[in-house]
Amino acid sequence: MFSSTPLDARNKRIQNRVRILFGLMTVLLVLPVLLILGLLVYKGAPVISLEFLLTSPTEGMTAGGIMPALLGTIWLVSVALLVSVPVGVAAAIFLSEYARDNWVTRVINLAIINLAGVPSIVHALFGVGAFVLFFRFGTSILAASLTLGIMTLPVVIVSTREALQAVPHAFREACWAMGATRWQTIWRVVLPNAVSGILTGIILEVSRTAGETAPIMFTGAAFFLPYLPVSVYDQTMALSLHLFVISTQVPGVPEALPFGVALVLIALVLTMNATSIVFRTVLRRRRKW
Amino acid sequence: MNPARPSSPPPGAPPPDERPVVLSVRDLGVRYGDHVALRSVSFDIHQGEIFGIIGPANSGKTSLLRAINRMDEFVDGMSVSGTVELFGRDVRRVRNVYALRRRIGVVFPLPVGLPLTVYDNVAMAPRLAGVRDKATLDETVERCLRRAALWDEVKDRLDTLGSLLSGGQQQRLTIARALSQDPDILLLDEFSIAVDPVTTMRIEDVLRQLRDEMTIVLVTNLVQQARRLADRTAFLLMGECVEVVDTEQLFTGDVADERTRHYVEGRFG
Repeated sequence: MFSSTPLDARNKRIQNRVRILFGLMTVLLVLPVLLILGLLVYKGAPVISLEFLLTSPTEGMTAGGIMPALLGTIWLVSVALLVSVPVGVAAAIFLSEYARDNWVTRVINLAIINLAGVPSIVHALFGVGAFVLFFRFGTSILAASLTLGIMTLPVVIVSTREALQAVPHAFREACWAMGATRWQTIWRVVLPNAVSGILTGIILEVSRTAGETAPIMFTGAAFFLPYLPVSVYDQTMALSLHLFVISTQVPGVPEALPFGVALVLIALVLTMNATSIVFRTVLRRRRKW
Repeated sequence: MNPARPSSPPPGAPPPDERPVVLSVRDLGVRYGDHVALRSVSFDIHQGEIFGIIGPANSGKTSLLRAINRMDEFVDGMSVSGTVELFGRDVRRVRNVYALRRRIGVVFPLPVGLPLTVYDNVAMAPRLAGVRDKATLDETVERCLRRAALWDEVKDRLDTLGSLLSGGQQQRLTIARALSQDPDILLLDEFSIAVDPVTTMRIEDVLRQLRDEMTIVLVTNLVQQARRLADRTAFLLMGECVEVVDTEQLFTGDVADERTRHYVEGRFG
């Protein structure tokens, strides 16, 4: 009664092959990550020290530390977040919770998708035109961060909107029926349950912002600066640009130095991600349905 | 089996027809774009009555409820014509729609325990209405949970998430939440489709106790449930109100329209 027919046997064979094939793909996916990290640690670890993190580059950037660049990247990412998170989250809330589905919102959505597809060098040129020249911010942290912020805005909007839409519609209806306004519903029920998803978008944004070179190259990041930035109107060094500079523009840099810089950059991003993930997990544990 | 009708009005009370009209529906129509969901429905619901609405799927029952508390605002493409009057006031012309909705408690088909604590679920409506005093909130939460026959099961875990209760408990939580609005009228939309028979009976008991204090509109796909609870029942079919009759007439066959008899006898729907 339960004996298998040739068709059953064939289906089972195919099923097994598919599983093995897709499993291999998954392993392939992890492999480059491990190789990159392994290489960076292997080649870069020797130069990493507290001194490396806390001193400025010396001898024409062929020696010394990376403190100004590290600090500069933190500056750029923070200011970019201050720009893109409020704007992006607010826009996503409007699009998801308030806007009706009509041609205007469809055009806006199309614009957001297109914004995500614009190459970063084009964002850089926009940043130069708009922030450096038109708004007269000069080459500064402000101009660079605004450029980065606009570049990452689509990521924040799309991920926030998805997080909001993952909250069941029935929750909203129940609140509205109780006489809650849209905002009361969003504030008391929708947002608390979407926070973890919104954070995921911000994590992605942080990683991308910290690593980008092109958008900051012409808008606020400096080749080398003998001083540290004290306000958003100053220029700054940045890890990503520093890595580019010492890898390609400066002769006589010891091989380990760029790898050290890259390792710090990756570690910075991973630390920020890890923090957000922990935060997210804690939030998610509190909310369940 | 013909159960005694516990829903019959208490002795001495005037018969439903002579009590004041709470909700008056006139020529109500609902469309979603080109699709007509409800056309030209009219009836009056009297104070303290349980008004049943029966009908097969897609007969416009939910659209009717949405038109009453103006939830069409949240449904793209939904448009309402005709009038709904609550205590003589056209709900379409009420400026403060939030105050209007607070007068109307709603229970949805699927239990919706909001992902807040049990306490916060029930305290939400009073808080939205501006109540801040802890003692008042405590009192409201306990009273509403007791009335919804849920207090004994949750009194020791008011701080667990409402969304983690069982389906039957969540549906009673929903009722407690609706009661916390202190509504004049309670709309129930097929409240029993996702709960077990025991819970259904408990909720029906709750409704019988509530009928003296508020007017109840009971949309149900269970003809027998309408029979157990409703004083009068409207039969909706494909967006039309076929007729409104005293519920008992449905079962004595004393109805004007053949379609009603067929539906009640289970020949379709």
